[in-house]
Amino acid sequence: MAIVAHTSRFGKISRPILAWAVGLLFFFPIFWMVLTSFKTDADAVKPEFLIFFTPTLENYLNMTENYDYWRFAQNSVITSVFATLFTLAVGIPCAYAMAFNPSRGTKDILMWMLSTKMLPAAAVLYPMTFLTKSLGLFDTHFMIILVLSLINLPIVVWMLFTYFKEIPKDIIEAGKMDGVNTWGEVTEILIPLAWGGIASTALLCFIFCWNEAYWTVRLTTTEAATLSKLIEGNRAPEGLFFGRLSAVSTAAVGPIVVLGWFCQKQLVQGLTFGAVK
Amino acid sequence: MGRIVLDTVTKSFGESQVIPPLDLTIEDGEFAVFVGPSGCGKSTLLRLIAGLEDTTSGKILIDGDDATQVPPSKRGLAMVFQSYALYPHMSVRKNIAFPMRMAKLDQSEIDARVEAAAKSLNLVDYLEQKPGQLSGGQRQRVAIGRAIVREPAAFLFDEPLSNLDAALRVGMRMEILELHKKLNTTMIYVTHDQVEAMTMADKIVVLRAGHIEQVGSPLELYRAPRNLFVAGFIGSPTMNLMTGAIAAEHDATTIGIRPEHISVSATEGPWKGRVGVSEHLGSDTFFHIHDTGFADAITVRADGEVDFKYGDTIHLTPRADVIHRFDAQGLRIA
Repeated sequence: MAIVAHTSRFGKISRPILAWAVGLLFFFPIFWMVLTSFKTDADAVKPEFLIFFTPTLENYLNMTENYDYWRFAQNSVITSVFATLFTLAVGIPCAYAMAFNPSRGTKDILMWMLSTKMLPAAAVLYPMTFLTKSLGLFDTHFMIILVLSLINLPIVVWMLFTYFKEIPKDIIEAGKMDGVNTWGEVTEILIPLAWGGIASTALLCFIFCWNEAYWTVRLTTTEAATLSKLIEGNRAPEGLFFGRLSAVSTAAVGPIVVLGWFCQKQLVQGLTFGAVK
Repeated sequence: MGRIVLDTVTKSFGESQVIPPLDLTIEDGEFAVFVGPSGCGKSTLLRLIAGLEDTTSGKILIDGDDATQVPPSKRGLAMVFQSYALYPHMSVRKNIAFPMRMAKLDQSEIDARVEAAAKSLNLVDYLEQKPGQLSGGQRQRVAIGRAIVREPAAFLFDEPLSNLDAALRVGMRMEILELHKKLNTTMIYVTHDQVEAMTMADKIVVLRAGHIEQVGSPLELYRAPRNLFVAGFIGSPTMNLMTGAIAAEHDATTIGIRPEHISVSATEGPWKGRVGVSEHLGSDTFFHIHDTGFADAITVRADGEVDFKYGDTIHLTPRADVIHRFDAQGLRIA
């Protein structure tokens, strides 16, 4: 007998309500942040102006006048784009080798790579700072790109590995028989077939790079400082200026929210990788 | 040209040796079929020849040249996979053209060969479609098209028809045979289906656990199986094998009689039994006879007109001149 799943009337009504409630819960901080960015610093902390207030662009004007927002944004774009490209350039061949020519140690290597994500970043803060400074790489784009790449490489390799595993081995072998060399296997067969997976991986990697704050804040001062650094820089010693901070944060997360909105489908696919074919 | 020689080739996966030292020669233009039960090493052997698996020791010669260390792409062989292994992101045209594009042939030459292959394989109307839009038979033809345009030294087929339905399988079998006659190129074909092996091969290689049990033409194998394994494997329905007193009468440990070499009668014959299930094929009927005094039921092939009912008593007469005899080791007694 076939098993038929019945959705009760209660389920039909309660599920959308629950979904909306969770959605709003997640959305609320962003909404509040955007709202606060249009308040003066004085209004921002007054409960009576929570929803109703006189909007002002003062914070945004202040941001562009006092700080070079566009330079921070440019640094964010440069480091995120290049880190993503570099991560893929290393991750694709790596995942390809492990998916199609696995050795006895492949599983262990994958686990080891993942285990590096379990290391608290703070544990290597001192050696990293010391190393970058003594190599003259402190506050350089190169260093940030390298660090962002290394941070994201394990998850990128894992994701790509999972996507590549779904490609039938026969197709790669057919390529070998058809006279393709290893480079051709990757460019002619693997990448076109796993394009969706590679795109979602790239997107997630880009978002992770963009949002990374621990290292970008600590390994930069001005030259390679990203938007994370800009937000951090608005923590004034005399207290938090919520309006100003909100404006900076909104301007920092804005581009990535817009990007995420346009790439929703790819992102969902990326986040549920392996689970749904 | 496509003479393939395996010289004491072995293959091990870790500690386990799946192909013990093996020698085999496939002559140029021959249609060789590797057959055996699953896990017998037939696909591994084909993959060794293709270069998709590394040879552990021994040599593989293609047209006299040592190809053991040559990568698959440089061996000049084409392979057709069970899963078709078409490139799903390319149209039929691009799939067929792919190996030629990799070989950097002129575009005009590529176009001409694609058109010719498409014509001979009835794929002209599908050239712009993607593999996902085609039926199983059409996909298999695309895979064959992709193989023939390369003009390889030999074709390797890895159970190419197993994913097709029965009717299509018979049709494709004929198409592959036609192709072989037309191209006269060496073909190595792996199957677990002994009917495919019998109907297609010039030479059958029967494998068990990586060992070659017998090599020969289909009729050689059918008429003079070298051991009990081949006797039991080749032929459908399988040969009747009997041990004990009846075998001792023929100075053997086991004797074998093919179903068509036993005649049936309602009244007379040295063996008597009860009719079990019968398989009516129209032209022939296979009767399964029980209670004959032998350990196993006996299968008999009779004319389609012969009519016995379930439970009828039946008399059997074996043809004395075609009884196969085997010794205690299971080897044929001449």
